[in-house]
Amino acid sequence: MEKFEKLTGVAAPMPLVNIDTDMIIPKQFLKTIKRTGLGVHAFDEMRYDDDGNEVPDFVLNKPQYRDAQILVAGANFGCGSSREHAPWALADFGIRAIISTSFADIFYNNCFKNGLLPIALPQEAVDVLMKDAEKGSNARMTVDLENQVVTTSDGEAFSFEIDAFKKHCLMEGLDDIGLTMEKVTAIDSFEADAAQARPWV
Amino acid sequence: MSGKTLYDKIWDAHVVHADDDGTSLLYIDRHLVHEVTSPQAFEGLRLANRQVRAPQRTIAVPDHNVPTTLGRENPDQMPEDSRIQVEALDKNARDFGVNYYPVSDIRQGIVHIVGPENGWTLPGMTVVCGDSHTATHGAFGALAHGIGTSEVEHVLATQTLIQSKSKNMKVEITGSLAPGVTAKDVVLTIIGHTGTAGGTGYVIEYCGDAIRELSMEGRMTICNMAIEGGARAGLIAPDEKTFDYVKGRTHAPKGAQWEAALAWWKTLHSDEDAYWDKVVTIRGEDIAPTVTWGTSPEDALPITAKVPAAEDFSGGKVEAAKRALTYMDLTPGTPLDEIEIDTVFIGSCTNGRIEDLRAAAEVLKGRKVKDGIRAMIVPGSGLVRAQAEEEGLADIFTEAGFEWRLAGCSMCLAMNPDQLAPGERCAATSNRNFEGRQGRGGRTHLMSPAMAAAAAVTGRLTDVRELMTENEPA
Repeated sequence: MEKFEKLTGVAAPMPLVNIDTDMIIPKQFLKTIKRTGLGVHAFDEMRYDDDGNEVPDFVLNKPQYRDAQILVAGANFGCGSSREHAPWALADFGIRAIISTSFADIFYNNCFKNGLLPIALPQEAVDVLMKDAEKGSNARMTVDLENQVVTTSDGEAFSFEIDAFKKHCLMEGLDDIGLTMEKVTAIDSFEADAAQARPWV
Repeated sequence: MSGKTLYDKIWDAHVVHADDDGTSLLYIDRHLVHEVTSPQAFEGLRLANRQVRAPQRTIAVPDHNVPTTLGRENPDQMPEDSRIQVEALDKNARDFGVNYYPVSDIRQGIVHIVGPENGWTLPGMTVVCGDSHTATHGAFGALAHGIGTSEVEHVLATQTLIQSKSKNMKVEITGSLAPGVTAKDVVLTIIGHTGTAGGTGYVIEYCGDAIRELSMEGRMTICNMAIEGGARAGLIAPDEKTFDYVKGRTHAPKGAQWEAALAWWKTLHSDEDAYWDKVVTIRGEDIAPTVTWGTSPEDALPITAKVPAAEDFSGGKVEAAKRALTYMDLTPGTPLDEIEIDTVFIGSCTNGRIEDLRAAAEVLKGRKVKDGIRAMIVPGSGLVRAQAEEEGLADIFTEAGFEWRLAGCSMCLAMNPDQLAPGERCAATSNRNFEGRQGRGGRTHLMSPAMAAAAAVTGRLTDVRELMTENEPA
């Protein structure tokens, strides 16, 4: 997994609340058996018209946001389906960090498995960052994971909270399965105990 | 020190290892797998030369993509990409030796209906699946939630999941429900009340007399939509109804093991002095038959209400409501029961069980689907389908003018050919009314099976209580 340390890039504003994973990647693109290549379909139904042409008003189609690496979004981003195709599509598009007041639980967890950093901040902070994102490609935002700070193009800084373990894995690009495999003895002994305590399971 | 919640108890019984910061490795008792979110996980195992650690705890079934029309055994019925996904699951299930119900098996169906039906889901278990509606299994007092594909791979390889604990939320429905009001109305009302992010960061336990009165199937409907309220999982403490439902099912414990299991299951309830981080209380008597008007499950209102205006909301919801009204092509102030529909879909992991079909049949008996309305019923599993045929429900549906389909997820998420056309308006018993959910440009109104059946008869969103009155003898 790609490491996440510090990122400076264009942030795209998506103030809509409740952006769900069906919006991020509609069901017709879930029929893949691969993780890659979904970026072109990210936000498909908002991004393209019925004939497959780009909708010029959609934020990621605007020239200044085509290379956005950060999304500043409305509350409850990533709600709905558990599909990991949503973070796959965002990462494949080039998004590395998403800022909102809140994220849906499963989407939030899925981000960390794919080198994406979801940042939850209070409404006042997101309002300031949304305004900064609206300035376009000349305004570059900085996300510093090590110091847990987001900085606007004007230098206004906001600290954010993140679980220490998730931060560590993201910064080191660690594979969860490999880490858990190191605890195989604990799993073995849990299974042995559980077989005694709850043999019907 | 305060007592424990049901969630605390199940959590504690499954911790393999806990770090100082609370990050825990949780053991997983049942892993359900379907064809859409698993191919990349199995591929990951192959690339790393890993095995499935506990194939006997892993249950796979194709459901999202499969056609629901007769003759579907013929692979030509499936589009190429769907066929590849289903065939990949066939192969993965065989290669890794997990329990499997292929399309040809009568027990095939929607994964969240198959699990409980065959006794895989038991109280006190941890249950996961690469599907957000895994919350369904919480109706048994099992800690059940959706996971992403990377986590599917993690569970396949290690039978554990890295988790941090959620907070405890209690949703209490007091009293009893009025006639015509079902579990679906209860859960839509809850989400309307708390919002789709109201449960974020929490595991919800549903309790109160109105919940106790519900059947196991009704309880599954409630827990199924815990995720639509943002919660990681929904739980209902097991009781005699739970034990009666589980007893005798294929994979339920038998004999002395049944007795041992029962003794533990009876301890699975929140202690009187348990601490709740958040409590929501709703009077059962205040809940009416409910429908959604917008594009989020929180856009739920009693059928007797009117389409709201964007200005009725505040904050970011104003823009979202404007967008929803445009997408749904609705005018504020329109009575909800004047909204005309084109299509009716009865089915899904929310409402595709036998009691749901009975409720629909009760409304449809001796009635006809209104001319011009496309109506389909998709049972949740092959076993539900067989039982509905045995009970004569299927005849009621076909005589009324409904299509009677084979089991699958179908038009709930429209990954198979069952889709809405742009602009088509649907009365649906499924769980999500998101933009494009049932087909690009399709418009979804969520409701109970009885309400959907009533809409099929009248051609508009309808208060099912009107048809119930007609049923009463003069």
